[in-house]
Amino acid sequence: MDTLDLTNDKTTEATKMTGKETLILEARNIYKTFPGTIANADVSLELHRGEVLALLGENGAGKSTLMNVIYGLYTQDSGEIFLNGEPYSINNPHDAIAAGIGMVHQHFMLVPVFTVLENVMLGAETCRGPFLNKKAAEAKLRQLEKSFGLEVDPHAIIEELPVGLQQRVEILKALYRDVEILIMDEPTAVLTPQETEELFKIMRRLTERGVSIVFITHKLKEVLEIADRIIIMRRGHVVGSATPAETDEHGLASMMVGREVILEVDKLPAEPGDTVLEVKQLNVHDANQLHSVKDCSLSVRAGEVLGVAGVQGNGQSELVEAITGLRRYNSGEIWIDGKRMPQEKPRVLVENGMAHIPEDRQKHGLILQYPLTSNFVLCNYYREPYSRHGVLNAEAILKNADALIERFDVRTPSAETSAGDLSGGNQQKVIVGRELSRDVSLVIANQPTRGLDVGSIEYIHQTLIDMRDAGVGVLLVSSELDEIMSVSDRIAVMYRGEIVDVLDARDANREHIGLLMAGHA
Amino acid sequence: MISETVKRGPFSHINWKLWRSVILALLILAAILFFNARNPAETRAVLRSTLRYAVPLILGALCGIFCERAGIVNIGIEGQMLLSAFTSYMTNAWTGNLMFSLFVGMVTGSIVGLFLAFLSIKLKLNQVIGGTVINILAAGITGYFYQVGTTTKGKFASIPLGPLADIPIIGPLLFNNPPITYIAIVLVIVSQIVLFNTRWGLRTRAVGEHPRAADTLGVDVFKIRYLNVLIGGVMAGLAGAFLTLEGVGLFERGMTNGRGFIALAVMIFGKWNPISSAMAALFFGFANAMQTQLQFMGIQIAHQFVGMIPYLLTIIVVSGFVGRSRAPAAEGIPYEKE
Repeated sequence: MDTLDLTNDKTTEATKMTGKETLILEARNIYKTFPGTIANADVSLELHRGEVLALLGENGAGKSTLMNVIYGLYTQDSGEIFLNGEPYSINNPHDAIAAGIGMVHQHFMLVPVFTVLENVMLGAETCRGPFLNKKAAEAKLRQLEKSFGLEVDPHAIIEELPVGLQQRVEILKALYRDVEILIMDEPTAVLTPQETEELFKIMRRLTERGVSIVFITHKLKEVLEIADRIIIMRRGHVVGSATPAETDEHGLASMMVGREVILEVDKLPAEPGDTVLEVKQLNVHDANQLHSVKDCSLSVRAGEVLGVAGVQGNGQSELVEAITGLRRYNSGEIWIDGKRMPQEKPRVLVENGMAHIPEDRQKHGLILQYPLTSNFVLCNYYREPYSRHGVLNAEAILKNADALIERFDVRTPSAETSAGDLSGGNQQKVIVGRELSRDVSLVIANQPTRGLDVGSIEYIHQTLIDMRDAGVGVLLVSSELDEIMSVSDRIAVMYRGEIVDVLDARDANREHIGLLMAGHA
Repeated sequence: MISETVKRGPFSHINWKLWRSVILALLILAAILFFNARNPAETRAVLRSTLRYAVPLILGALCGIFCERAGIVNIGIEGQMLLSAFTSYMTNAWTGNLMFSLFVGMVTGSIVGLFLAFLSIKLKLNQVIGGTVINILAAGITGYFYQVGTTTKGKFASIPLGPLADIPIIGPLLFNNPPITYIAIVLVIVSQIVLFNTRWGLRTRAVGEHPRAADTLGVDVFKIRYLNVLIGGVMAGLAGAFLTLEGVGLFERGMTNGRGFIALAVMIFGKWNPISSAMAALFFGFANAMQTQLQFMGIQIAHQFVGMIPYLLTIIVVSGFVGRSRAPAAEGIPYEKE
């Protein structure tokens, strides 16, 4: 269907060119079905020693399923796996680990209250008789840390470490088990740009040592940067393969989505109106009385997008939580549509026309156990027509859900499905549907596209622009600089809790903003 | 500094723990010295009574610790203790063999434990309901089968441990005890080592905190849970046997009298840690001994109020008054493989 499709001969040719001919893992004709869906259909892949193989595809394309089959968490319906040319049956993670396969899961598999060392040891304990030999284990861990440049304090408690370091622990866990093949499931989804860079350095160091990496992602830039070869999956099928040299973002995106994708957001110049959100001298302290947000002032006008750029953890979350009434602020004022807002009263804010797309959609955006019907009316269930005299009107609620599912193109078996059973992209559409279908004058969107696939990102961006064009003020917080640059009309940069500068998006350039984000004002 | 997502500082946590232990130790020491100065014989009586009251609590708490560290909530300890007390008593009445009776008590506890494990791991029943079922069942079975007037040929006698038993104050207290008390003391230390210094303990704690993580590393979650509930059952069985073979020497209907629940409070007080829980149990035992002693000393408070002390303490501890305890994260949630 497109020119990038390579035949088998060409694939081997391509790998010969990179000088990595040793086939280490091969999956042939894997089929895996779940009730109602075909997750993998006739999927084959080859992995060579010391290469980074990127497995690219949208959410639900079957990438994770394939890797879970290889890691032994799922058993395939049919198809074979070969390890170093020998047929190999992997029935559980134990077999996979014994075969030298390690996996860094998308949601880290770390025990939060354990130390780094305990997490690394677990399941592969260094023992003297039945007793743990923590000294020997620590020596081995430190040795690994040194030789791969992955410094982490072995005695640190996991839950007190930042996400980037937690991921290192996951990698160390695999190395501790002498992996030859490392599967990384969406490893960059939770990382800041800096942490991602760091991760790529680590991955290169690993491949230099002969470790083969399968890198699952849907981020095109990253694939082009780190992969030796790329395999593209769509709806359970392998739809193509390529090397970074032969392709570009557009080629990959269209293969992945199955149609032409517009990567840049198409928008007209903003026509800003009155100020809808005014934040004056806001200060938020954390538990230790340190400033999370310091003297922060900003304003959002109707019909414009104000982007807040910054490396994650520079006070953006606290700022958004204060504005949305989820966190107490120590001083300052928040005004919406010329009205002073009280502290910590989310319902008042919602009734004054604020919509909030929260950072963590699973924790703060949805009630995962609830059906979509209920999730769609979380802001206004107490009002007519959803509720009359304190009794819910199931019919009106269902009608609302059906209408929003249709309008926001939520892919779900039914309106009664639990929110937790939807894919990330569809969950986000539910939130967007709930928040933006109301009569709002202000949208606060915090990391609205985190972890989403290309199609969903495109959709969310377009929706935000549409809201802007309809005269709504949008505050967009994101640590993805590309997102900020393409969607915003003005850009505020946050560093250590302060807004260090506000720029017009038309004259902003990446390098300048990058420097501001790093504190070089 | 910009706040990270870390919610509690590492030092505030440790300091609290330290302070509480120090205050606790000082309180107990002060009381011992006070009584020792007044009357050595009374002091010895109080200390002995402290230990005797604490032993079933220690064993019950150990049962709770093994279960909950592996992620299974066990509120059926009361029932496990009661049933074991009953079977060991009846065995003693029939055979007169104390060691065999003790064994039967342990087996009973472990069988009930297996039943709870089956309900919560295999059938994925709500574990609180599972425990309640056991408590009701135990009260019913023992009440129905117990015949008033059954007699036994006695109970475990104290075994002095040679010269150790002659050390002042602690000698007679620690080294001149009947066997289950010794077993309990040894088990506290063994459990502490098992939980924190062995492969088994590491896996147990991992399964109780984040079973999926353990599973992805090839740890058999179900096996670890089953065996820990079984081990816990043995502990609860010992606790029950203690009541009839070593403590009272008799069986009565409902004789556990809430000890299984107090053991849970002890476990929480001790933060799911064997040695701390043993200390907590001794504290409860001490409160109880004081209660008795106060009555002997003729203090004019209605004995019903004094008798409330251990139960009041339980309420205070369970309602989280004494610092925040954090339970194993996966506790009470049935594990399902993907």
